[in-house]
Amino acid sequence: MSQTLAPALPTASRQPNFGTLARNLFIAVVLTYPFLDLAFGWQALLAFIPMMLMITLAMGLNIVVGYAGLLDLGYAAFYAIGAYAAAFFTSPVSPLNAILPDSPFFWMQDFWVAMLLAVLVAGLAGALLGAPTLRLRGDYLALVTLGFGEIVPRLVKNLEPWTKGVKGMNPIGRPYLFDCTFGVDPCTIFGTQYKLGMIPYYYVTLAIGALSIFLIIRLRNSRLGRAWAAIRDDEIAAQGMGVNPVTTKLWAFALGASFSGATGAIFGAYLQTISPDQFEYSTSVIVLCMVILGGTGNVWGVMFGGLLIQSFDRIFAERLTGWVHKFGAATGVPAVATLLSNFDLLRSRLFIFGLCLVLLMALRPQGLLPARKRRESALIDETEEEANARHDAAVAQAGGPQ
Amino acid sequence: MTLQSRPPIGPVVLEIDDIHTYYGNIHALQGVSMNVREHEIVTLLGSNGAGKSTTLRTISGILRPRTGSVTLRGKRIDNVAAHDIVRMGVCQSPEGRHVFPRLTVDENLDMGAFIHSDAQVADDRNRVLTLFPRLRERLKQRAGTLSGGEQQMLAIARAMMGRPTVLLLDEPSMGLSPLLTDVIFDAIKEINATGVTVVVVEQNAQLALSIADRGYVMQTGRIVLTDSAAALTQNETVRKAYLGEG
Repeated sequence: MSQTLAPALPTASRQPNFGTLARNLFIAVVLTYPFLDLAFGWQALLAFIPMMLMITLAMGLNIVVGYAGLLDLGYAAFYAIGAYAAAFFTSPVSPLNAILPDSPFFWMQDFWVAMLLAVLVAGLAGALLGAPTLRLRGDYLALVTLGFGEIVPRLVKNLEPWTKGVKGMNPIGRPYLFDCTFGVDPCTIFGTQYKLGMIPYYYVTLAIGALSIFLIIRLRNSRLGRAWAAIRDDEIAAQGMGVNPVTTKLWAFALGASFSGATGAIFGAYLQTISPDQFEYSTSVIVLCMVILGGTGNVWGVMFGGLLIQSFDRIFAERLTGWVHKFGAATGVPAVATLLSNFDLLRSRLFIFGLCLVLLMALRPQGLLPARKRRESALIDETEEEANARHDAAVAQAGGPQ
Repeated sequence: MTLQSRPPIGPVVLEIDDIHTYYGNIHALQGVSMNVREHEIVTLLGSNGAGKSTTLRTISGILRPRTGSVTLRGKRIDNVAAHDIVRMGVCQSPEGRHVFPRLTVDENLDMGAFIHSDAQVADDRNRVLTLFPRLRERLKQRAGTLSGGEQQMLAIARAMMGRPTVLLLDEPSMGLSPLLTDVIFDAIKEINATGVTVVVVEQNAQLALSIADRGYVMQTGRIVLTDSAAALTQNETVRKAYLGEG
């Protein structure tokens, strides 16, 4: 309800041309990346797919942590539930495979149907976890979600008849478009055979990521989104506005989890194998770090944070190490070459990651791109006393209270 | 400022009968009974810890009485959830204001209208901004950066966005300079003149009695005295205890 009555604040002096240009360039690169990758021989396509999945995951977690203000340390559990749900319906090793093909429910083995079912199952699991935590806040809630995040991999390990335990499920149903099933096999399109490799996965992941961003921004601006913001800021006051805290929080958990359901389904199909150790606590923490690093509550910030962490983790750490080794060899000085050949960013990536987080929290606790920029004038730094004094002066000048 | 002529005082809209409210084992309200008539301004006086805010919170559903009843227009509301009581026309400006600090003034008002989604919301918004012109100047500013007085205005304005028929105000003068307090209390009178019944909890008895029709005096969880505002102003005990005389 932002309206005409606002005094004409000078809008922040952006440079629209540069911003638009950068944005369009970014979109163009993202859309054509698999071909750029092929043309230039970057060989990073396989890193980009899990990277985009992790970013989508962070978007989902951002609903719970950023919008509704509920600290969730067990988000990987829903990711696991999504991945296992999809595998459960589609994998030949699943016990369902003995029943489904000849039953009236054979269509559940279709990958896309299974993915939707995974979304529903994960969403339901989110609501189920949400229900007992509704009375908890802050640290206590975080502990319960932590527990949930531990329980799910444990359950997966021990429910062997259904989940195949630590061995994991393998293979898993593949997504397809028209007659083309994703994977290594060549596809026939209009009579010609193409070896597409993992390119279709890239685009499907991209589409799901883009759809998630669209939906999440719509959610943010919806009535439910406003209710989340109110609950996050002050739960008692939100109740006083007519916000039902129970349903509002349950929706946050359920919707947040459902995004991880879709992500989990694609992730499993992409890797063709899932096992419990892919969904441990550290996954939850990395995703949470992506949310916080970029700026809790801001979709673009979360995307940026995720891109930063993931591209370092999956691309730059390895490349940079290679470059340093080459540089050492190129100097021709044996001592330098030996010294630099010991340099391995991959081994110290968690150290660097941790260091970056410490520095960020010390220097910029609100994240790289916080949810709300300081769009107000200098008045924001005024103390309450100063504001009061200024106000009283204004009232007095206006001839006192009427 | 010309006050509209007040609508006549009508039948009882809010009836509180012998409520006992506890904080854990602490017996905070020990049989409080009071009633509020349509279009009245009723004030609840008393010192710190007397149970004034607890009474308001029990009415608004944030706390539940262990025994006793709260009745709004003949309907029991002591078992209704807080967020549903708002929909029945009882809105509150809580103690300590409780504005949403990270939302802008505009968004705070928007949240106040959460239960309404019709065209009238824009009119409501205009009305509260006319009542508190300060807020209009600060629409895009985050509520957490407002001064105490501005936050109080926002809390009242936000409550008004819910279109209350009964408005509960908890210590609107708390922490404000006398000048600002006058601005707030003028606004309360104006709100009441538009037909809204007001229950105001105050420590500043003199000020509250100056705008109220009737008052209740609370002490350690009980109502110890009730009378018209004029009579309470003259009352020996009240003068001694709350008006700083004797």
